[in-house]
Formats: sequence, structure tokens, C-alpha cells
Amino acid sequence: MGLSLLWLVPLLPLIGAIVNGVGAGLLPRKVVSAIGVGSAGISFLIAAGCFAGLLALPPEARRVTQTLFTWIQSGDFHAEVRYALDPLSAVMMLVVTGVGFLIHVYSTGYMGHEPAYGRFFSYLNLFMFSMLTLVLADNFVLMFLGWEAVGLCSYLLIGFWYQRPAAAEAGKKAFVVNRIGDWGFLLGIFLIFVTFGSVDFATVFAQAPLRLAAGSSVATAIALLLFLGATGKSAQIPLYVWLPDAMEGPTPVSALIHAATMVTAGVYMVARCHVLYLLSPFSLHVISIVAIATALLAATIALVQNDIKRVLAYSTVSQLGYMFVGAGVGAFTSGIFHLMTHAFFKALLFLGAGSVIHALSGEQDLWKMGGLKSHLPRTHLTFLIATLAIAGVFPFAGFFSKDEILYQAWLRGGPVLWMAGVIGAFLTAFYMFRLYFLTFHGPSRVPEEARHHIHESPNSMTIPLLVLAVLSTIGGFIQAPLLPGWQRLDRFLEPVFADAAALLPQTHIAQTQASELGLMLISLTVALVGIFVAYRFYVADPAIPRRLVEQARGIYKTLLNKYWVDEAYESVIVQPIYRGSVDLYNDFDTGVIDGAVNGVGRLIQGGSGLLRQAQVGYVQVYALILTLGAVVVIGYLALR
Amino acid sequence: MQTIPLAAYQVLAAVLFTIGIVGVLVRRSALVIFMSIELMLNAVNLSFVAFSRQMGQMDGQIFVFFVMSVAAAEVAVGLAILVAIFRSRETANVDDVHLLKG
Repeated sequence: MGLSLLWLVPLLPLIGAIVNGVGAGLLPRKVVSAIGVGSAGISFLIAAGCFAGLLALPPEARRVTQTLFTWIQSGDFHAEVRYALDPLSAVMMLVVTGVGFLIHVYSTGYMGHEPAYGRFFSYLNLFMFSMLTLVLADNFVLMFLGWEAVGLCSYLLIGFWYQRPAAAEAGKKAFVVNRIGDWGFLLGIFLIFVTFGSVDFATVFAQAPLRLAAGSSVATAIALLLFLGATGKSAQIPLYVWLPDAMEGPTPVSALIHAATMVTAGVYMVARCHVLYLLSPFSLHVISIVAIATALLAATIALVQNDIKRVLAYSTVSQLGYMFVGAGVGAFTSGIFHLMTHAFFKALLFLGAGSVIHALSGEQDLWKMGGLKSHLPRTHLTFLIATLAIAGVFPFAGFFSKDEILYQAWLRGGPVLWMAGVIGAFLTAFYMFRLYFLTFHGPSRVPEEARHHIHESPNSMTIPLLVLAVLSTIGGFIQAPLLPGWQRLDRFLEPVFADAAALLPQTHIAQTQASELGLMLISLTVALVGIFVAYRFYVADPAIPRRLVEQARGIYKTLLNKYWVDEAYESVIVQPIYRGSVDLYNDFDTGVIDGAVNGVGRLIQGGSGLLRQAQVGYVQVYALILTLGAVVVIGYLALR
Repeated sequence: MQTIPLAAYQVLAAVLFTIGIVGVLVRRSALVIFMSIELMLNAVNLSFVAFSRQMGQMDGQIFVFFVMSVAAAEVAVGLAILVAIFRSRETANVDDVHLLKG
């Protein structure tokens, strides 16, 4: 019974968005909260019901579609608004609605003093609707609709405080950078339609192995174009620059963008199109290289950032890199697994950071925090759990998922890829615990005026934290390694990825339990070393980092300025385009285009001025001309 | 009885028509212009009747009835306009009514 209500899952947030959007400023706050949170909550309950319904089906029959109406019909092109639930989209749907719902609840507390309360919830609900459309879509066109709507919502929410120039700029940047990715995605869809004559997932993925030879250039082109879209949404090199700036939005928005929605879209899309990617080993190599480079680049930048949210933003970029490493070596399940656990602990980290910021009346600088452990007990505890999870410490969720990706990288990608991943894991553990120690331990560096009203956040904010903390703690056990029978996610997602099992790249290294256990111990050790180093640096002996900065000033500056990537983009891409546009405007637009239009106008004006002379206004002159004309015509006919 | 040849009717009609055209073109009084138009219409009527008689068919004469009734209506409307113009401008000179120009 649950499955027939699938269409309500995206629809309810849409209704909430419309009601809150139309009634913004009119509805009282309680009603706004009830509609906003209620629609997300009921949507989650229905999603859970659909999930239960899906589980009740035999594994090979776990793909349910629901056609609402035909959206576009033109010649042999047709696109339906059709939602499809299969194990992959079910996992995504649960993450989106579940984590999204918790963020909605949290927002009622965090945004409590916000004047534009209704507008905020309207956008949040719209974001949920867009993301659900994206993950539940059954064809590329509907997925693209969700894809674009997600980009729009991110623009609206990042620039939510549009009165602040930085926020408006960041929203614009996110939108423009995403558009570049969307362009690739759109071209990919065109190429898919040209190649297969259809945009339906089922048709395309069934036809792909038959029509395209493995390694063919068309398959590579499609895969790389789609991946360009993914780099935009999921913040990979070269399009990751928008995500750190997205911190200008309200903190729950950061949580929503980084955990439940938006950035996971690219990973989901690659997993959804795994058949196309497996047909093109070259594109998988590209993904692996881009992903590991992104993971390391972002991790190194995160080492020295001083804004609590910026550290988290770079950690998201880095973790997304890990997910793509999983996808790039063909271990799509591992990527999705990490996506899921990451949704839990990253949402928790952002919401916890929001709680800290809330307590300090808007302070985000790590160097103006410290010693908050006793003031914010619940926030501290949950934040510690999330930090342990992202650092990859047993038995928290991040340990299992990150370890699985590293193991798959070892098996299929080789030791170099694995080594790079382990270095990234070390950096992650270090910078996350740097963040944790600077925030909660050591002497308080909170300015005097903020110190006396430090307070723990209200229940509406801490309860979502606690729920997410539980999920971050136990979430990894749905896919525990080594123990037979514990790979539940593998088994659940198996029907989705089974069709391409034959295409999977061969493993380079034999799979043994001993190697799996050994690698696991290595990555755990690395994480613990990272934590220990962070402890030495920021609690035991705070002089060490200062000395290091003195000794390696160049490196420090490079990292602090994010490798000057923004500046490079600014001078290499943005400025030339801007200057070219100005020149085009001045010379071509005003000169040629406006000149042509005005020229035609002047020509007609002049010509009509001449012709107007003939109209004298004397009726008899007209009559004379008429008569002469008649005489000429008759004369011509008579004398012919 | 000696019949008058068709050409005579045609010449008379042509002369009347030309007088009408010249009247329309050169006179300034709207009333005289009207009369000239009537002259032209009747020149046409004359040639219609002459041809009708010559051919032994009634079509031309029926046409003449139409032309006459239309001419009567036209005069009624035209004179009404003329009266209206005269009331507002105190003139029946067509040269004084030359507002219709570019």
C-alpha cells in the first residue's frame, strides 16, 4: 500500500513551499513551522512506508514506477513525469527526507529570530522537492528538472540574506558555477537522446551495452559530459569553488546543501548512470584522478582555515572526493554508502557548528572560541561523535564507509590511489580535530561582550543533533566489513548494479580477509595519529603550529589563500570574459546592433519625409492624380 | 424615322464626362463640384442606355436605375457633410478644408 503513495513524497514539500511562499509575511510563525516541518515530516513517513513496501518485494522485482502525466510529447521524443523507486533511489529518498526533516526541525530554533521566516521555510521545502524529484526521476529530462531546481534553490538560500553583498555574491557564484556544470549535463542528455532515441533510464541503460562498444568514444563523451555536470553539483575540481563560498547562507542551509541535498546529486547521478561509466574505462580513470586530487586539495586547504564553517565546507569537498573515488574504481555501493554516512555526520557537524555560532551570537572565527565544552554539553558531545565519525575512528559510521572506499581503491585502483586516500584520511583526522580542539578545548578566547550570554541551544536544535549523533554512531553497521551477512547495503543495492557486474574492471590485487583487516588497521592507525598530532598542536603545545607557520610561511600562505584558485579563475576566466563583454557591449552592441536598428529607423524616417510631400491635403490634387492615372492606364490599354 | 447613330451618343457622353471632370478638378465650390459629379454620372448613364438600346438588352438600363439611386443617396450624404462643414467653418470652398495631409 505504501508504494502507491510514492508521488506524495515529493509533492508534499512542494505544497509546503507554495503555501509558505504565497503566505510569506501573512502566516504566523507557528503555522509556517507546522506547514514547513510537517510537510517534510509526513514526506519522510511516507518515504519510510514506501521503503518498507519495497523491502516486501522480492529483490529482483524491486523497481516500482509511477507515471503522473506526460510532460513533453513531440515527434518520437517523449518525457513523462514518472517517479521510479528502486533500491538506489530509495536510499537517497530516505536520506533526503530524513536528514532534511531534522534540518527543518533545527531551523525552527536556529532561524527563530529571522524576520523572513516564511520565505526561508518555503525555500527549504522547495529544496527538498527539487532533490526528491532529482533522485526519484525515471528519465534524464525530469532528473534535469530537479537538477536545475536544486541549483535554483541553492542560489536562493545561499543568497538568503541578500542585503549582505557577500551573500548575494556567493549565491550568484554558486549559480553561475553550477550552470557551467549543467551545460555539460545537458549536452550529455542531448547526446544520449541522439544515440539511444530515448531519455528513459530503463531504455537507455538496457540499450547501452548493446549499442555502444566498451571504450567507444560516444560512451566516453556521454560519461565525461555527465561527469562535468557532477563536478558542478558535487563540487569537484575544477568547479568546486562555489561550495566554500556557500557558507554565506544560514547554517541550516549549509547543512542541507552539504548533507542531504545538492552535493550528493552528482554522486547519485554517476551511480545511476553506472552502466554508461563502466562502458568507458577512460572516464572512470578521469573520475578517480579528479576525485583524489579534489580530496587532497580540499583537505590541505582545510588545514589552515580559521572560519569554522569554511573548514567544514572544505571537508565536504574532500569527502565528496572520496565518494567519487569509490565511483571511479567501480565501487558504486561504497560511494553511496559513504554518501549516506556522510549525510549523517556532516549534517551533524554543520548543525553543531550552527549551535556554536548561535551560542556565540554569530561568531565564526575559530580563534575567538575555545573552552566551550562545559558551556555547551550537548553540542559538544554530538560534535565529538561527528568528528570521530568523519575522522574514521571505529566504530563510528565514517570509519566503515571511508574504509570501504579505501579498500576498494586498493583492490581496483592500486596502491598509489590507496596511499593518496590514506594521506587524505590523515589530513581529515587532523583538521577535524584541530577544529574540535580549537572550539571546545583550551582556554576561552571568546570576546568579553559575547562571553556572558553563551547558552546551550533550545531543544528544537539539540534533539536533531542527538538523533543525528545516534545515526552517525550506528549508521556504519548496515555495511560492516568482514562479518559474513553484515553487508546489508551491498545486498540491498545489488539488483541496481547487477546489470553491469560483467563490465566491472578487474581487480588488480587478490581479495583476502587478511589484507582487508590489515588495511583497516592501517587507516585506523592513521586516523588516530592524525588526532594525536592535532592534540599535540592545539592543546598540549600551542607553540608548535606557530613555529611551523614561521618556518613554512610560503606554504602556509598558499594554503590560507586556497592555492589562489579563486584569484586564478578571476584573472584567467572571469576578467577576460568581463572585459570582452564590456568591449562587445561598447563596440558591437551599441555600434553595430543598435546602429543597424537606429539606421533602419532613420532611413524610414527620411524616406517618409520625402513621400509626405506628395500629400498636400487638397482633395482636388488627389482627384487630378487619380484622373491622370486613369488616363494613363486607359491610354496604355487603348494604344497597345 | 432616321435613327441617331451610336457614335453621337458616345461623343455627347464623352463631352459631358469631360466637362464633369474639369468641373471637379478646377472649381473650388463644393456645391459646383457636386453638380459636376452628377454630370459625370449622367454621362455614364447616357452611354449605358445607348449601348443597351443598341444591343437590345435590358442590363444597361437596370444599371442606370442603380446608378441614379446611388447618386441620389450620395448627394444626400454629401450635402449633409457640406452643411456640417459650412456650419463649423463658414465656407464651402474645398481649398479651405485641407486638414488631411501628412
